Amino acid sequence: MQEIIENLSRTIREAAARKRALCIRGGGTKDFYGGAIHGDKLSTAGYRGIVDYEPTELVITARAGTPLAEIEAALREKGQMLAFEPPHFGEGATLGGCVAAGLSGPRRPYAGAVRDFVLGVRVIDGKGDHLRFGGQVMKNVAGYDVSRLMTGSLGTLGALTEISLKVLPVPAAETTLRLKRTETEAIAAMNEWAGKPLPITATTFRNGDLGVRLSGARSAVEAATKKLGGAVVDPVEAARFWTSIREQADPFFSGDTPLWRLSVKPTTPPLDLSGDQLIEWSGALRWLKSGADAKSIRDAAVRAGGHATLFRGRDKSSGAFQPLAPELMKLHNNLKRAFDPAGIFNPGRLYPDL
Amino acid sequence: MGAVAEQVPVDLARQREVAAALRAFLPESSVLYDHEDVKPYECDGLTAYRQVPMVVALPETEDQVCRILRTCHRMRVPVVARGAGTGLSGGALPLGNGVLLSLAKFTRIVAIDARARTARVQPGVRNLAISDAVAPLGLYYAPDPSSQLACSIGGNVAENSGGIHCLKYGLTVHNILKLRIVTIEGDIVEIGSEALDSAGYDLLALMTGSEGLLGVTIEVTVRLLPKPEYAQVVMAAFDDIEKAGQAVANVIAAGIIPSGFEMMDQAATRAVEDYARAGYRTDVAAVLLCESDGTQEEVAGEIRRVQDVMEKSGAVQTEVSRDEAQRLRFWAGRKAAFPAAGAISPDYYCMDGTIPRKHIGTVLRRIVQLEDKYGLRCANVFHAGDGNLHPLILYDANRPGELARTEAFGAEILELCLEVGGTITGEHGVGVEKINQMCAQFKPAELETFHAVKHAFDEHGLLNPGKAVPTLHRCAEFGRMHVHAGRNKFPDLPRF
Repeated sequence: MQEIIENLSRTIREAAARKRALCIRGGGTKDFYGGAIHGDKLSTAGYRGIVDYEPTELVITARAGTPLAEIEAALREKGQMLAFEPPHFGEGATLGGCVAAGLSGPRRPYAGAVRDFVLGVRVIDGKGDHLRFGGQVMKNVAGYDVSRLMTGSLGTLGALTEISLKVLPVPAAETTLRLKRTETEAIAAMNEWAGKPLPITATTFRNGDLGVRLSGARSAVEAATKKLGGAVVDPVEAARFWTSIREQADPFFSGDTPLWRLSVKPTTPPLDLSGDQLIEWSGALRWLKSGADAKSIRDAAVRAGGHATLFRGRDKSSGAFQPLAPELMKLHNNLKRAFDPAGIFNPGRLYPDL
Repeated sequence: MGAVAEQVPVDLARQREVAAALRAFLPESSVLYDHEDVKPYECDGLTAYRQVPMVVALPETEDQVCRILRTCHRMRVPVVARGAGTGLSGGALPLGNGVLLSLAKFTRIVAIDARARTARVQPGVRNLAISDAVAPLGLYYAPDPSSQLACSIGGNVAENSGGIHCLKYGLTVHNILKLRIVTIEGDIVEIGSEALDSAGYDLLALMTGSEGLLGVTIEVTVRLLPKPEYAQVVMAAFDDIEKAGQAVANVIAAGIIPSGFEMMDQAATRAVEDYARAGYRTDVAAVLLCESDGTQEEVAGEIRRVQDVMEKSGAVQTEVSRDEAQRLRFWAGRKAAFPAAGAISPDYYCMDGTIPRKHIGTVLRRIVQLEDKYGLRCANVFHAGDGNLHPLILYDANRPGELARTEAFGAEILELCLEVGGTITGEHGVGVEKINQMCAQFKPAELETFHAVKHAFDEHGLLNPGKAVPTLHRCAEFGRMHVHAGRNKFPDLPRF
């Protein structure tokens, strides 16, 4: 395993010397996401394996090339889970790609995002140095939070080699309810519930159908079921449904129309944008299937206190991610230079100059 | 670094120059430089380290903050930001040639959005004041450092503060959505948003816990959570530290995530009982406090399970809080641990390291050995839920050599934390206090990365210099070796 690290370091150093772009890749399941891929493939797939897993410490440490499925199976065996419910988007999804892409699933607003669970990383930087930031403990404020900076950076700051994540127990009970609401009613209801101590772990709204997942102690789930009302969904069907939302296998996500991801203030009223919408995260996540122009979608997202990402679409000439304010972009450029002076890591994946 | 015995003498000409430059846009009452006016700012909660600032600036508006920083940048004057000055690592220790930028006047809660469950607050707002303000809405702000009565939210952001409830509810970084910061160049930058994520790098996470080195926070948007309906605490007494440590692991193994989970050793419970009368057993090796929150049924079920685990783990006694008053009393004792130490000793030095929970028995046994080695007593309180340890070393600064021995004792505890695979600071920050131990926790290339991050924000190193991240030169002088996480030291390797 150490040999793999040395090979990766050497490749990176050579690429830096020749200013040749590298494309860091695990299973390639997030290839569709972000800017176009450039450069020679730097594969992390061979660097795999769970390094340390202590259920009573609530920590798992694994190499970046470890399949996400392998990690989830190991956790399930001990009655634990990755509480941020990451989408795989394909069979070969690796832990490194999961953290680098920084995508979280339906549970995110209620349990936390990927980055909330990242405790530490090992990473090879643009000079080929193998570095460790953070650790294996939750309370750790020594130095800057570089491991969380790496999360969601789409490989533009370094090649992740090892990640430590906090894990949580699988809830004792789970029930999904289905209610009929208008969009306005649904947004209001989801936000009202979020302000109450209810064991909600996922919400979806589309075309008059509001789905709510309750997870936790049996007594809490039963009490909440009575409070919220609606129809109880068959557990097998419910599990299938939430998986299809997480993995975007649900029919809403299919087709060639561009898929936009609008991350907005949760109480944002129905967005006046042409196209089909699916709401998650108690209103904080609005998926939009639309051929409308990027500018109008992005402006609407900003007005709603957030940002819009062209999540899936063939034409990304206007960029995948919301442009940043100049002062913010300046900081991004400075940080990029700090970690990747030769600019070889996944150039253009996040922003044209990064 | 030892306590500053002699303070840096003031360069009067420079002081006049800087004060005059600030007086161009700040009223007289907002620019202090006379000795008796600036002396109150000479230290924060780490009182062993004192340095009178050259000038103190007390802005009231965002625009004033921008102009102060722009001026300091132009004149290359270092700046130390300060909230309530309750920090325990010397993060707000002033510089004798610098400006102490106090955010104490920024005490407004700007806006509360009950439906979206957020609050926009200024950096000088006290942590507890936020929860107090939103309590009528059935909401609260979760991170609850023990100093929450006094500490500021701006300081909480700088240190990524935690508190007793952070195992279940997270640290500051998990509970904020947005920051308005001012860069050293005087530009306002908005980081994060009202949405749950924002485009680009996670600068919100990077800024949180950056100890005043990357920017000055002038507004925080915090996440508010619904107040749990009900909470109860189990107090469990153990005649053996190892058993108590194993009981902690057993609770977690049972799939329970308590909302609060604390351990106190006998020295700590004795100090607290004399001071706060919380109802702890003082004749046992360790006391655990385990809290459950939620609906009444949830809590009843969980408390039963916790009690069961405690008893099966060998507790000599368990007691469940019978009402809210008793629950608060149990916690008041724990939260009073530091002042209780202050009551039984002229001085105390509070340490802050984190270790994997399973090593608590080992670490506490080693600390007992170190008590003998250094001839000093040490009481221990431990965030059992997340492994964050607060040894309280008791000493008397008036006794010659005792402060030095105390610091050596503390340093050895921190290195012990590294040896067992932990970290030198869980929530108090590095500041000046642990800056040497950073040389043991990180290798040179990692420290260089931190410096590069700093450089990305502050090219001239004007924001809080000398704090948090040591220079490689300092590490070489200090002579500490990198202790690779989780592995033992290699004493035969040559030192720098």
